[in-house]
Amino acid sequence: MATAHKDVTGTLEGKATRFGYSDALLLLGASDPRVFVLDADLAKSTTTDRFKAAYPDRFIDCGIAEQDMVGIAAGLSLMGKIPFTSTYGTFMVDRALDQIRVTVAYAELNVKIVGAHGGISVGPDGATHQALEDLGTMRMLPHMTVINPCDAIEARKATLAVAAMQGPTFIRLGREPVPIVTDDDTPFAIGRGITFEDGDDVTIAATGSMVYEALLAHEELARAGIHARVLDIHTIKPIDRDLLVQAARETGAVVTVEEHQVMGGFGSAVAEVLAQECPVPMEFVGVHDRFGESGTPDELLTAFGCRHTDIEAAVRRVLERKR
Amino acid sequence: METTLSIHRLRHLATEIRKDTLRAITAAGSGHPGGSLSAADIMTALYFRCANLSGPTDPDRDRIFWSKGHIAPLLYTLLAYKGFFPKEELMTLRRFGSRLQGHPKKGSPPGVETSTGSLGQGLSVAVGCAYAARCDHLPVRSYCLTGDGELQEGQIWEALMAGAHFQLDNLCAIIDNNGLQIDGKCSEVMCIDDVGARLRAFNWNVISIDGHDMGQCVDALEEAKTVKGRPTAIVAHTVKGKGVSFMENVAGWHGKAPTQAELEQALAELDAQEANDGNRA
Repeated sequence: MATAHKDVTGTLEGKATRFGYSDALLLLGASDPRVFVLDADLAKSTTTDRFKAAYPDRFIDCGIAEQDMVGIAAGLSLMGKIPFTSTYGTFMVDRALDQIRVTVAYAELNVKIVGAHGGISVGPDGATHQALEDLGTMRMLPHMTVINPCDAIEARKATLAVAAMQGPTFIRLGREPVPIVTDDDTPFAIGRGITFEDGDDVTIAATGSMVYEALLAHEELARAGIHARVLDIHTIKPIDRDLLVQAARETGAVVTVEEHQVMGGFGSAVAEVLAQECPVPMEFVGVHDRFGESGTPDELLTAFGCRHTDIEAAVRRVLERKR
Repeated sequence: METTLSIHRLRHLATEIRKDTLRAITAAGSGHPGGSLSAADIMTALYFRCANLSGPTDPDRDRIFWSKGHIAPLLYTLLAYKGFFPKEELMTLRRFGSRLQGHPKKGSPPGVETSTGSLGQGLSVAVGCAYAARCDHLPVRSYCLTGDGELQEGQIWEALMAGAHFQLDNLCAIIDNNGLQIDGKCSEVMCIDDVGARLRAFNWNVISIDGHDMGQCVDALEEAKTVKGRPTAIVAHTVKGKGVSFMENVAGWHGKAPTQAELEQALAELDAQEANDGNRA
């Protein structure tokens, strides 16, 4: 049974996942005095300025010093706080990787790491500010939970969920509004993917902002008589092995979709599972071993092959191999 | 509360701790004796007199972060002497399956506050700890031991900025200023002199001491507790390999284990110093 989602053929409300993050922070600020929010001079961009305005005593601006921010968060967590560190994904993950690895992950500290501005859709700022390796880098770290929500509502739920669990986590957020496909009643549990469409011809396993594009592809493919199963895999680690294996077994072909490097990223994570448990033909939609560049989000998503049309083409390719 | 140990008693303890540290490194066949010996006096003063360390899980205990994690053998020996785990376990240092990892791992053994080993990261953690303690009005002081070569790490200066910016007077950095790093003299590898002047320029209260004068170590740690409105850095001028003639001021003893024969000589020298000290007391 597929889980209900908004009809993507209609006009949907758009909202950036970063605002879903701060929606949750405001709830957490009210409900849990242990929650602290840290930023590195990007509070407006990450939207943590909303928490700062409401709970100034529990907001720490660390300045443009991401490595220090991670360490300060670690110190707070050792004293029983629940710190969220926030900045652009590139600076969060890449700049402070050793700090995240040794100080946070190795010590299994309860630090909630958040990387905003994930993906090529960051737009005109260009390659330096477009996080395209964050998910892959974070999923390699032992003890790290990695989540990539598909819309602002799922981002809110993911933020609440990581606050409620013990241990280091990473959440990726996006800059641009993405259509909201879930609602308050859509179930969310860390590590449990969601089946948004039941189909038996092919599986489209999507993560983050690309879930919407996958649903668009589903509509288009259905018109051509191809029935695609669409999975929202918001948790990249621990990944929902059972759901993926069942989908591979029942559909016989899988396309993965991510706004991220395919190499080492979500597609690789899915392939690792299926290669072991149910090898089927696969295609990988995402960024293929290149840096981003400046442009509008729309231009870039098209240029970098992250559109529903790219998914449709990948589905047709994988179906050729399935035969 | 701890019974207050006399300066003389602390000196004796530091010698015993040096000996067991060297025994553990020798048994392991690898490890970092040079920095363990340079930091031994002030860390003995901290663990056995100046810090509140009633137990490894007491919520009000002072927190001590070993940013220079490679001198884990000294940390473990201090914790064993505190009674947080059995002294016999020191001889498992660096062995497969041992709680005594080559570099500190949080909670392993009890009393290791957090994981360190990649240099430059501990002071930021101490800042966060001090910040939280102040928010909660806890009597907790947050200490961080760093090396002087370690000050070459950029993150240290981020943390120094933050400690002063947040006016964390419950924060104390201890700089084990032994002047040597793996590749040679700090002043030649990448000069960070004058350490005290640089720290003062970052708005820290700075106390410079002879890090092998136990009285000065205790006085500095106590004075730091009285400073209001800013953090304190104790620049402990020390000798790498202190107490063992063939190790003193030799960069090569940064990360090399003594042979059994070298260990015997080192223990004999430390015993002789102890005897002299006893005669003077």
